[in-house]
Amino acid sequence: METHAVETALRWIVLVPLIGAAVNGLLVRRMPRRIAGLLACAAVGVSFALSVKVVLRLVGMDAEQRLVTDTLAPWLGLGPLHVNIGFAMDQLSAVMALVVSGVGFLIHVYSLGYMAHDAGYNRFFTYLNLFIFAMLTLVLGENLLMLFVGWEGVGLCSYLLISFWFNDEANAAAGKKAFIVNRIGDFGFLLGMFVIGTTLLPELHHGEGVFSFQVMREYAHLLGPVATLAGLLLFVGATGKSAQIPLYIWLPDAMAGPTPVSALIHAATMVTAGVYMIARMNFLYVLSETAMAVIAAVGAVTALFAATIALTQNDIKKVLAYSTVSQLGYMMLACGVGAFAAGIFHVMTHAFFKALLFLGSGSVIHAMSNEQDMRLMGGLRKKLPVTWWTFLIGTVALAGVFPFAGFFSKDEILWKAWSQGGIGLWLLGFLGAGLTAFYMMRLVSLTFFGENRASDEVKHHIHESPATMTMPLVILAVLSLTGGWLGIPHFMGGQNHFETWLEPVFHQEAAGHHEADLVQELEHGALGETVAVLATSAHVTHDVIEGLDHAGEEAMEWTLASASLAWALLGLSLGTWIYTKRQGLAAAGQRFAGGALHRVLLNKYYVDEMYEAAILRPGYAVSERVLFRTVDAGLIDGLLVNGSAILVAIVSALLRLFQNGRLRFYAWVFASGAAGFILYLTVSG
Amino acid sequence: MEVGLTHYLILAGALFLTGTAGVLTRRNSLIMFMSVEIMLSSVNIVFAAYSRASGDLSGHVFVLMNFAVAAAEAAIGLAILVEIFRLRRSVNVDDLNSLME
Amino acid sequence: MTFVTDHILTWVTFVPLAGALLIWLAARSDASARFMALGVAVVDLILSLHLVRHFNVTQATDQFVEHVAWLAGGRISYSLGLDGVSLWLVILTTVLGPLVILSTWTAITHRVREAMGFLLFLQAAMIGTFLARDMLLFYIFWEAMLIPMYFLIGIWGGKRRIYASVKFFIYTMVGSVFMLVAILYMSVQAGSMALADFMLLDLGAEQQTWLFIAFALAFAIKVPLFPFHTWLPDAHVEAPTAGSVILAGILLKMGTYGLLRFAIPLFPTATLALGPWLAWLAVIGIIYGALVAMVQKDVKKLVAYSSVSHLGFVVLGLFSLTTTGAVGGVYQMLAHGLTTGALFLLVGVIYERRHTREIADFGGLAHQMPAFATVFMFVTLGSIGLPGLCGFTGEFMILFGSFGSTLLPHAKLLVVLASTGVVLGAIYMLWMYQRVFLGRLSNEANRGLPDLNLREWAVLLPIMILIVVLGVKPAPLVDRMTPSVERLLQPLHAEMARLQADDPQPMPLVTDLARLTEEER
Repeated sequence: METHAVETALRWIVLVPLIGAAVNGLLVRRMPRRIAGLLACAAVGVSFALSVKVVLRLVGMDAEQRLVTDTLAPWLGLGPLHVNIGFAMDQLSAVMALVVSGVGFLIHVYSLGYMAHDAGYNRFFTYLNLFIFAMLTLVLGENLLMLFVGWEGVGLCSYLLISFWFNDEANAAAGKKAFIVNRIGDFGFLLGMFVIGTTLLPELHHGEGVFSFQVMREYAHLLGPVATLAGLLLFVGATGKSAQIPLYIWLPDAMAGPTPVSALIHAATMVTAGVYMIARMNFLYVLSETAMAVIAAVGAVTALFAATIALTQNDIKKVLAYSTVSQLGYMMLACGVGAFAAGIFHVMTHAFFKALLFLGSGSVIHAMSNEQDMRLMGGLRKKLPVTWWTFLIGTVALAGVFPFAGFFSKDEILWKAWSQGGIGLWLLGFLGAGLTAFYMMRLVSLTFFGENRASDEVKHHIHESPATMTMPLVILAVLSLTGGWLGIPHFMGGQNHFETWLEPVFHQEAAGHHEADLVQELEHGALGETVAVLATSAHVTHDVIEGLDHAGEEAMEWTLASASLAWALLGLSLGTWIYTKRQGLAAAGQRFAGGALHRVLLNKYYVDEMYEAAILRPGYAVSERVLFRTVDAGLIDGLLVNGSAILVAIVSALLRLFQNGRLRFYAWVFASGAAGFILYLTVSG
Repeated sequence: MEVGLTHYLILAGALFLTGTAGVLTRRNSLIMFMSVEIMLSSVNIVFAAYSRASGDLSGHVFVLMNFAVAAAEAAIGLAILVEIFRLRRSVNVDDLNSLME
Repeated sequence: MTFVTDHILTWVTFVPLAGALLIWLAARSDASARFMALGVAVVDLILSLHLVRHFNVTQATDQFVEHVAWLAGGRISYSLGLDGVSLWLVILTTVLGPLVILSTWTAITHRVREAMGFLLFLQAAMIGTFLARDMLLFYIFWEAMLIPMYFLIGIWGGKRRIYASVKFFIYTMVGSVFMLVAILYMSVQAGSMALADFMLLDLGAEQQTWLFIAFALAFAIKVPLFPFHTWLPDAHVEAPTAGSVILAGILLKMGTYGLLRFAIPLFPTATLALGPWLAWLAVIGIIYGALVAMVQKDVKKLVAYSSVSHLGFVVLGLFSLTTTGAVGGVYQMLAHGLTTGALFLLVGVIYERRHTREIADFGGLAHQMPAFATVFMFVTLGSIGLPGLCGFTGEFMILFGSFGSTLLPHAKLLVVLASTGVVLGAIYMLWMYQRVFLGRLSNEANRGLPDLNLREWAVLLPIMILIVVLGVKPAPLVDRMTPSVERLLQPLHAEMARLQADDPQPMPLVTDLARLTEEER
């Protein structure tokens, strides 16, 4: 009885927010504001509570069997193609579901205060609930198609929420950009799905869902030949959703949406969907070294690239946006080197401190009468104490300072990059980490330290935010401090509960693979018995070597960890120092190389402009001038269709000349015809 | 000189061509009628000549029928022409082009 | 009651025609004409629901068959039949029928009697096309639907309506005439006009090629397949809303239906040889239609070009020659009928208020008409294939099925190109949505416009519900379609098997087909 209740709880985790959205949506004009907001929060709260319930059930299960499934109905059954509407929670989905519903709940509560004066209050909560529904579908879907439903669903909600204040054309454009760039990613995703589907479909038994994660994992060995192709295609989708090079361009523009949206969608949850998808499909990716290498490289480069842009931005939210792109790069880097658990760990910790930072910035913006330019801020430390302290905690966590959350997750990634990826990847990540610390303290200094540079009008209104806004900040700050303690690595004496929890999902992590192969070869080689004896002794030697290796590894881990910490602290102090005491240096840095370097970074390397010039404008011009005017209107319609009509008109005009009503002409024609005919008869005899 | 069949045929041909030329080139419809009569006469000559040459009397019969046809056609044609003249005050055939497209 | 149910197909087909005659002869006022038309359409819908309820899910051959010898000593018969493919197209027609009449309640104000009559006449002709199983009967219905459409566009249309309606009429007729020649030729070979007898014919490759081209041309013009599409934008722009909805919702499907029902099963050899060409044209149409739609200034023209793009997917699915792809094609016919029909209904809503369709005349409309904006967004999402709505289900089946096709050369490349349509669709629809609904309310003429009224909701809500249902629960429809689709593809597979066995003997093919068609009689 109880098992049944737990299973069906899965569907309610996903459906309750949908019901919340439906109620709020249908009654959007009649629902009293307070009730709308509370209803929405309650819906997500229920999701969170149910998630906890199911997770507790998972905890009580055997480590290898941790899976709760809930199949609602078959969706499609066409010959061998079977797809179900169903949900499943394993260790990985558990983490994601808790993060989504938990952080989502906090942000809903925050929005009660933040959006209190907004005319579209009810509409906002409708969309927000809809988003949670879509995101939970994504992480709890039992097959790739359900994931895709959620994938596009969050894209839709992102669109609706970015262009929430659609009276401003720029916001609408930003929403449209987000949707379309994501769609480009989805194009790749679909093709990846097709590759996998057509490869597996002939080999399945009847009724097996070809896109079901369990089934795909079972038949993963068949995917070897197409792993690179499918992996890269799916990754294209991930670059769109998780804002990596080259499809990251929508995320900074997405800051046009209300700040809770930026926190929830563009920091904590939606953008991590790409990472989740790759982690979920780990059994595919480990089959392709090429795909993994590409993912790691793109992640690492993006991490550094975005960090350099964040150095120069003046809009507080833009800094955080580029910071998110950068941090997502780290998560991709982790997945690319096979450290899926580390990537997911960073997803979780990042959700905590990045949401915190965004919500904190929202508090600042709220206080500053909607001002977002940091050059007009300053000295907010005293006026907004809760915001200040929580923001500081978030910053330190992001920078990766012990014992805050970011330290453990980022460190884990850098270590795995070093040991499983190579120095190049590690270096990119390392540099990026320093820049992260630097630009965050730049942000903090400009916002919270020094003298307030706003107008008197604005200064007058500066006040700390209400409890509905500060409570989530405090909770997230606590999580930013303690969240990392779930994953204290072994070399520091911890158990790394996080990695252990996720281990069954990622059975074939790259490093483990090689070891297993080695042992396999030793045990089942051609020499049989002799080898078995040798193997036992080899095992012993192997263990000894492992032990020695281990010690060396640990030393390396300590070295790298300390280096990261030192580097981060350096970045933090330098950032603080320059932007509080030595603004002159900052100004000098801007003027470096005639200001060219600063301009390039400030203008985001002109990537948007390049896309516009190379793709958008020529695309439109070709469509209009060539395809529409020349080919369609001119060639096909003009020449061929109307042309044939004109041809008929011309021919009939010519023929009409014979009908001029003049009798003598008719007679002439008659006579000539007769004469010609007689001539013909005479000649042909 | 022996006047044989050939001479009659040449005469008939000349008359036919004269008539045709008249029909095709003259604008006055009365003249066109007269030209048609000349064409009919030329046909009569051909019939009579062949009838005489072959001894078959059918040709002479055809000549008599031709008279009747010519007379009937002239009568009706002139009647129409008179009516047209009353309406259009012209017998110039180029003016009668209401069947034009 | 059995008098009706025994000849249910005749009833479903001719009730609208009878209604049309009744209205033309007996309706005394505009209001009574409208109510009578609505009543007749609803009756037809109820009759058609009988078909759904009593449809045998697993049967592949025609059901509810009616066969009466008619002309030429029985060689031409009055023959109707319904299989899984026809079923849903007929339902689509009968569902859209009353909705269209309801939608045009206040839009058509002069000569209402004639208009209502023509709408019903059109419905009868369309249903007849889907049900006819005798080739001459099919041709009669096929041509018959041109007449009311010609009048609808020509009398109640826009500024260039004469040009548009004549163009539509002649363009379609040109294709149909070649099809008539082909039908006549085949009827001589087969000895009758019955489709079953046509299926038994074993034609040589060269004969099949010419006949296929004749049939395919007529259907390609109707679909419309690039480059035979240029009649569509003009017809849509100039047609009244009701005409556009029916044109996009059902008329265009007759082309794709014809390809699946006639062109592919009757000429398997030619399909294998020439089908890829059509698939390429389809994919070109997907991309071309989308790009040209993007640069349009008139909303109706934009949606018209989007139809070219969407129906390219259907043709691709059909000529993938796979069950999944073809079922997806049929499914997308339904989905497109709903979403594009709804889009034209929505355009009609705004046109009735402002008498303009230029995008530049709008802007910020969501401020003034929020419900309308929401419905429009919903239908837009259905059109661009958001998963969970009907458009995605069809597109997914088409693309996935085509991707795995072994009978279509370069199938994977075609799917990659076709999938770009997914992105392009989002581009042109969202950009149009942004210019029309978002931003400031820039044009003063748009201030004070009323939002959707009860009648408009009554028209749009059922379609919205169906869009969701077809997205979330495709199984009931797919289950009924699949056996019939497989049967239509069977001659093709038999042909493939024969080619692979390298056996030039036609006998086994005929026996197979004979066995299949035996069940039909």
